[in-house]
Amino acid sequence: MELNSRVPSGPLADKWNNHKFSNKLVNPANRRKYKVIVVGTGLAGASASATLAEQGYEVQTFCIQDSPRRAHSIAAQGGINAAKNYQNDGDSVHRLFYDTIKGGDFRAREANVYRLAEVSNEIIDQCVAQGVPFAREYGGTLANRSFGGAQVSRTFYARGQTGQQLLLGAYSALSRQIHAGNVKMFNRREMMDIVLVDGKARGITVRDVMTGEIESYYADVVILATGGYGNAYFLSTNAMASNVTAAWRAHKKGAGFANPSFVQIHPTCIPVHGDYQSKLTLMSESLRNDGRVWVPKKGDDKRRPSEIPEEDRDYYLENKYPSFGNLVPRDVASRNAKEQCDEGKGVGNTGLAVYLDFADAIKRDGEDTILKKYGNLFQMYEKITDSNPVEEPMLIYPAVHYTMGGLWVDYDLMTTIPGLFAIGECNFSDHGANRLGASALMQGLADGYFIIATSVAHYLASNSLEEVLGSEAPFKDSIQEVEGRIDKLLQNSAGGPAGKLTVDEVHKELGRLLWDHCGMSREEKSLEKALEELPGIKKKFWDSVYIPGSGKDLNQSLERAGRVADFVEFAEIMIRDALAREESCGCHLRVESQTEEHEAKRDDENYTHVSVWEHISDVEAPKMHKEELKFEFVTPSQRSYK
Amino acid sequence: MSSINLTLKIWRQHNSDALGNLETYDLDDVHTDMSFLEMLDILNEKLTKEGKEPVAFDHDCREGICGMCGAVIDGIAHGPEKEVTLCQLHMRNFSNGDTIVIEPFRSRAFPVKKDLLVDRSALDRIIQSGGYVSINTGGTPDGNSLPIPSSNAELAMDAAACIGCGACVASCPNGAAMLFTSAKISQLALLPQGHAEKKQRALSMVAQMDEEGFGNCTNAKECEAVCPKGISIRNIARLNREYLFAALTEG
Ligand SMILES: Cc1cc2nc3c(=O)[nH]c(=O)nc-3n(C[C@H](O)[C@H](O)[C@H](O)COP(=O)(O)OP(=O)(O)OC[C@H]3O[C@@H](n4cnc5c(N)ncnc54)[C@H](O)[C@@H]3O)c2cc1C
Ligand code: SF4
Ligand code: FES
Repeated sequence: MELNSRVPSGPLADKWNNHKFSNKLVNPANRRKYKVIVVGTGLAGASASATLAEQGYEVQTFCIQDSPRRAHSIAAQGGINAAKNYQNDGDSVHRLFYDTIKGGDFRAREANVYRLAEVSNEIIDQCVAQGVPFAREYGGTLANRSFGGAQVSRTFYARGQTGQQLLLGAYSALSRQIHAGNVKMFNRREMMDIVLVDGKARGITVRDVMTGEIESYYADVVILATGGYGNAYFLSTNAMASNVTAAWRAHKKGAGFANPSFVQIHPTCIPVHGDYQSKLTLMSESLRNDGRVWVPKKGDDKRRPSEIPEEDRDYYLENKYPSFGNLVPRDVASRNAKEQCDEGKGVGNTGLAVYLDFADAIKRDGEDTILKKYGNLFQMYEKITDSNPVEEPMLIYPAVHYTMGGLWVDYDLMTTIPGLFAIGECNFSDHGANRLGASALMQGLADGYFIIATSVAHYLASNSLEEVLGSEAPFKDSIQEVEGRIDKLLQNSAGGPAGKLTVDEVHKELGRLLWDHCGMSREEKSLEKALEELPGIKKKFWDSVYIPGSGKDLNQSLERAGRVADFVEFAEIMIRDALAREESCGCHLRVESQTEEHEAKRDDENYTHVSVWEHISDVEAPKMHKEELKFEFVTPSQRSYK
Repeated sequence: MSSINLTLKIWRQHNSDALGNLETYDLDDVHTDMSFLEMLDILNEKLTKEGKEPVAFDHDCREGICGMCGAVIDGIAHGPEKEVTLCQLHMRNFSNGDTIVIEPFRSRAFPVKKDLLVDRSALDRIIQSGGYVSINTGGTPDGNSLPIPSSNAELAMDAAACIGCGACVASCPNGAAMLFTSAKISQLALLPQGHAEKKQRALSMVAQMDEEGFGNCTNAKECEAVCPKGISIRNIARLNREYLFAALTEG
């Protein structure tokens, strides 16, 4: 597997401009001769579809949901970063670049991250022009807030619904192109395979989830914008349909998968309250600005929080990290919460929660002020848990939230399969080992609105593609392969459900395995144990999962089963990737790699690289390749929050 | 935390052409902290174990924002609690021994596809007919070049909060999509970016609404009562003004 990042030479600030100039173009009159497939309609996919269609390409777009507007991006709350420096507080493209690369713990490519910061400003202009109702100051200018520990106010927001409003903006641009006949939209289609002709991506095979029909579509270029794989853990903050299937199928056909074990775990989620729970709800990180995190000093303290006197409380973040206190980064907050609970000091029914207490803030600023800041979050919390954070501390616990890993792409966002591009959360490109708050929305839109069209033009102009019609052998083979897999999934159905398992039961088991062994802190022994247990889960899945109904009809159990089957396979490279990276970095702590004070220790000498996995076969172990990262413009520094 | 026992009467329909009927299921030990959809998950696990087909229903975010979920619960779209979607409705709103009737969002323009799952693509086509500002990517002016009073931005945001769930249509005695359509028209009418095309937008979106088979508004106000995002019927008044003005001047 050849990993050529195609990073342009020259000074950092000129790379993107030079690259745009040196990339080849497709003449406007010729664009309509080219077909482009886009899979996914989140921020990345919707913006890419609209932009490519505006430019004249013939676009076909696919999504799982009943409407492109419902993609997972809709749920993002906090906001989107841009280097506008509207607040005149010292922000700049270079600072946003630096913060992002440092936030990623120096495990991302400098050139990609710089370009992201560069186009961030155009994103805001674009969204404003579409009519996205961003929050405004009384004077009518755009409002900003500081987010996720940034020292400047560069986050643009639309109430607590920024993802929704940005997605509706991109969806409206997409809708306009559907109306104009430039995009053909296929809802309720799940991509099951990618079709290669002569080693190039030339199409996809999908299942129409309403009819069970297996169909294939052909094009000159395929763009995946299929989101992240956090649902491998079963419980996460991701939408229920988020999956790894599209990326995994591409991987099995030759696309390298980068850093699969880089997963972000968000510290402030509402804890699990029962084994029937289907997903986790994120509470905005901003709560840590005023809430104090604590647990009882003694384990198994059954008193109500209000009955526990100060001297019996451990404000562990404030004690351990006096200068950052409750505002330590996500990974530090998450890891410490889990540690407290592992030591038996967790609170709540399950013991898997810590307190986030607003009593002092209310005493200091008054209830009104606190409610003004967090009223809607308190309400949301109360709705779910039936407990009022003004009267009792909130219970919070970390949850899987975002996946930095994804399909490996070069500077043009092309995977190792020619003609197959990956944008948005499903690629690995910009966030290194940790993503900063409000940067995923930025990346999705940067990729879709401002980067991908240049890459597509260059690819089409530099390759002569032979004509395909979708009826060639590779398409037929792909359909057959997908049908075969569906039959195999349904093979246990004949004998009825007795003694069998449901899809969710196996998914939960896989989720527990990953959470326990490949979560926030990782250790060689434990990862090896997980790797030993994984084949058992896989066997259980194929031997005993019972799926009611047939494949020739709407069958939601079958849809879930297909995704879980891929998560089970994918888990292997997650665990192997975690094993191979014997350093602590970004979101995860490697137990063997700690400082004397038990803090994460990065190992730049041995691990300043992207780990890229190559699929060999179903029975052979995957192979790891390295893309070495070079830091020419910044000097990697060790983080310290003491 | 406590648990309750329930009797569920759920609409089962194999596909658009099949006749449907209400089936009765007993479900015990439902935790009151569960969401309504988690309750349905439990029922589906149980049905699966019994070798029966689970109930089909749409859902995705389970946070009240994607607009994918929805059913009529005891006659009310999204159920008894105000301003929540079905996925955010919790079982503590019900009592031990309750019988709950669960039906799909019904309307002429929303064919039932299976059980509780309906086809709402007509709403997408209304947006496609004009629910946007016609600009291409790139070349847009600086975001701050056009000051917008914060109060207008807030009003536009109120309207833009619509999640496209279709509860308004399902609860309207005429099957009208006025609340949904008016929310988009209002958002763009309240912002200067939307002004250039406001007449054409109102005319096209209303025409599309009619073409899809949605009914007319007779001020029944049921839509506002069930809307999970608190979209106000003042938006309908704004749509009517926009439409009338456009029809008179473009006429
Ligand atoms: C609760 C929450 C809050 C967040 N808040 C923020 C925030 O404040 N700021 C921020 O920057 N980021 C935030 N994020 C992260 C951010 O929302 C996501 O990273 C981002 O929206 C991903 O966008 P995307 O376009 O890559 O993919 P998605 O929005 O996940 O879209 C994926 C698309 O692909 C389609 N798809 C997937 N698989 C297939 C398949 N097999 N076949 C066909 N179609 C398929 C889906 O239908 C969907 O249309 C948040 C995330 C969560 C979970
Ligand atoms: S107006 Fe309200 S009820 Fe109607 S689609 Fe929008 S959010 Fe749903
Ligand atoms: S599942 Fe998204 S709104 Fe209910």
